[in-house]
Amino acid sequence: MKISVQREHFDLGVEVANLSKDASVGAVASFVGVVRDVPMTLEHYAGMTEREIARIVEEAASRWKILDATVIHRYGELKPTEQIVLVVVASAHRGDAFAACEFIMDYLKTRAPFWKKEHRPEGARWVEAKSSDDQAAERWEIRQGAVKP
Amino acid sequence: MKLRILFFAGLREQLGTPGEEIELPPDITTVAGLRSHLKARGGPYETAFADKSLVRIAVNQELVSLTTPVKAGDEVAFFPPVTGG
Repeated sequence: MKISVQREHFDLGVEVANLSKDASVGAVASFVGVVRDVPMTLEHYAGMTEREIARIVEEAASRWKILDATVIHRYGELKPTEQIVLVVVASAHRGDAFAACEFIMDYLKTRAPFWKKEHRPEGARWVEAKSSDDQAAERWEIRQGAVKP
Repeated sequence: MKLRILFFAGLREQLGTPGEEIELPPDITTVAGLRSHLKARGGPYETAFADKSLVRIAVNQELVSLTTPVKAGDEVAFFPPVTGG
């Protein structure tokens, strides 16, 4: 498992190749998130971020037969068209790889401690969490609301 | 009882600080108690902690519920719902 929270750009081809080296791998699914429309700054909670992503990858590994996974999430200043996040999952077969990749992404969106601040012409503003993201995670029976009011 | 509290993103800006060491009265034993203690400071704290649905809490870097106990030396982080990915 590789988890990296970094400022730098990442290379999808390199990361996929790294997870394709074992002869037992028959499927590698990947997802790349890209900045849309406006420049932004990403803040995160160093330490917790890495631990939370590791927890989600472990949860995915307990649900599907995955052989390896890589998650890279960037922080700092990002411009439109720049890559933000990468999830790569290697498995023997595509079903497990696709499902685990989507699960990791959904869970990451509602649990990993990142916050986006958009820099719009009218001023900077923090992006509000979307209920559609909670619903996406709930499909897997996971909720962001670990805090129950 | 001494512990470290942290604030992130909009909450950090609203409160004007990334966090602090705090000495808690002995009767505060849970995350809920700590939250109320901070809210009682008034001003931006009163506003920031008014809506429970807008504040997530982690103890020692793990998401928790309001009933989770806090103890000396803990790192307790308060932050808005996350928006990564």
